Amino acid sequence: MYSYDKEVVERDENTVHMNVGPSHPAMHGTLRVKMEVKGERIIKTEQEIGFLHTGFEKLGENRSYNQFITLTDRLNYFSPLSNNIGFALASEELLGITVPRRCQVIRTILAEMSRLADHSLCVGAMTMDLGAFSSILWTFVEREKLYDVFEAVTGTRLTSSYTRVGGLAFDLPADFVKRVTGILDSMDKTIDNLRKSFYQNRIFLDRCEGIGVITKEMAMSYGITGPMGRASGVPYDIRKFRPYMIYNELKFDTPLYTQGDTLARYKVRIDEMAESISMVRQAMKLLEPGPINYEDQKRTLPDKTSTYRDMESLIHHFKLVMPGEDHGIHAPVIDQYSSTEAPNGELGFHLVSDGTSSPYRVRIRPPSFINYPVLSTLLKGSMLADLVAILGSFNIIAGELDR
Amino acid sequence: MIIQQTENHLALIAKVEAYAEERPLTLLGREEKSHYHQFKVKGLDAKNLIRFLRDDPALEFAMFIDLTAVDYLKYPIAQPERFAVITTLLSPKLGIRVQVKAFVADADARLPSIADLYDGANWTEREVWDLYGIEFLGHPDLKRILMPDDYEGHPLRKDYPLKGRGERGNFPVYHATTQKGGT
Repeated sequence: MYSYDKEVVERDENTVHMNVGPSHPAMHGTLRVKMEVKGERIIKTEQEIGFLHTGFEKLGENRSYNQFITLTDRLNYFSPLSNNIGFALASEELLGITVPRRCQVIRTILAEMSRLADHSLCVGAMTMDLGAFSSILWTFVEREKLYDVFEAVTGTRLTSSYTRVGGLAFDLPADFVKRVTGILDSMDKTIDNLRKSFYQNRIFLDRCEGIGVITKEMAMSYGITGPMGRASGVPYDIRKFRPYMIYNELKFDTPLYTQGDTLARYKVRIDEMAESISMVRQAMKLLEPGPINYEDQKRTLPDKTSTYRDMESLIHHFKLVMPGEDHGIHAPVIDQYSSTEAPNGELGFHLVSDGTSSPYRVRIRPPSFINYPVLSTLLKGSMLADLVAILGSFNIIAGELDR
Repeated sequence: MIIQQTENHLALIAKVEAYAEERPLTLLGREEKSHYHQFKVKGLDAKNLIRFLRDDPALEFAMFIDLTAVDYLKYPIAQPERFAVITTLLSPKLGIRVQVKAFVADADARLPSIADLYDGANWTEREVWDLYGIEFLGHPDLKRILMPDDYEGHPLRKDYPLKGRGERGNFPVYHATTQKGGT
């Protein structure tokens, strides 16, 4: 292994204050890092966040459960479907609803496809930050194909808002399976190319191997989950810990590395993409015709065609959509924490209900916010250029960092 | 892989109740949720219970998951105090999660910080301080994190209006040509 000395430098008259971000091409959104550097060694860093704070949690207290789904699109805007599904599952657990089988299969397929889209952007952008420009073009081509499918399914490319409490907005298009199968085959080749180009690449290994090491104890103490945690040897994946949707029927491995460095985080993401492809293939075989929404129309929005054609559905639609005390979905007066495995880690929603149609409190436990603080510890005593490599492997999304 | 093992909940409850008996610690209640248990305590007792959960060799709640707060000012069911600080932890050994709900009074909104037990609590406690105004005693760097440093008030409190108190209009406007602040 490439030995890398992490030398701790003392402050003296040559110490310079440096400021990276909040608007900097390598800072992945609006992140700011204030640094004290001497030569190329970092002495001390301080992270500043909050530039994209939008007050989602306050807004959530004043919106109905279904209205909040549009806000979840803006959390991790590289995988909005994962957030939609996470919130829908959390509110369904609060209400005690189990959605039909077809809905669960569709949600699983889309959650894994958005993981593919998120990881492909992250691994492409990380290598681009380190100077390899072609890989981001390869992954962007694949991501573009996935986004075309998302557009066909949800109607939009970015702000999908596809789930509803107790179901989905609408069913899949007719040619879905055929289109996705074609994408997965070309995605396999891209993953193969990424492995061939970087796993033996001297320049890439020198920049990544042994850089930014997060030990297992650090990861647990900071609460780091997802690919970052699994790169440090924390065997925690909510799809295995507490299987939701149809994950207990799928065969998949959770890649686990123990090095905890930037290279391990890169490899975990590549391996997870390969697993996701296999999961989508398995789940598509389980797609069977059937209803997509929960049958109780007092809690689930009826589908649009019946809203316009029969009177009961129209009444139910208005009862659910109109504002006011007597309308909307009424949850039991409890509080409940539920979480799903989003591309970056554990995405949790702590919902407190007071029995009215809007939640009393929505706490979003975003993976980025919990994963990001460890950066200061890693940068102490390391080189200035490592900031770009380490941050690229974190995949911090400002939307869910600041909420 | 850490797999959820719900049968370990009984061992956890027995351990925590024995600890509460042994120490002068009042358990205000225990609630069973869909897949975890929530223990309710007073704010000043929370840190002792969390330290016990982390250090007890039979429990080992080594993994930090989340720390957040709830303002029960307008809640329909009466609660022991106005604020609740909720800490979620995971035990890789037992395969279960646990929640500690610490109640904090409005007049004296402070409780001991757990930032020395879990590194992840550092930023989440800053966030709770920023949005709820609950002070964490012994926190290494308690300052605002999401809102600007010169912001007044704590916006997630229930008595804080949704449209704000006119802060937006009072932010200083910086002009690119003069580089001088003004309103």
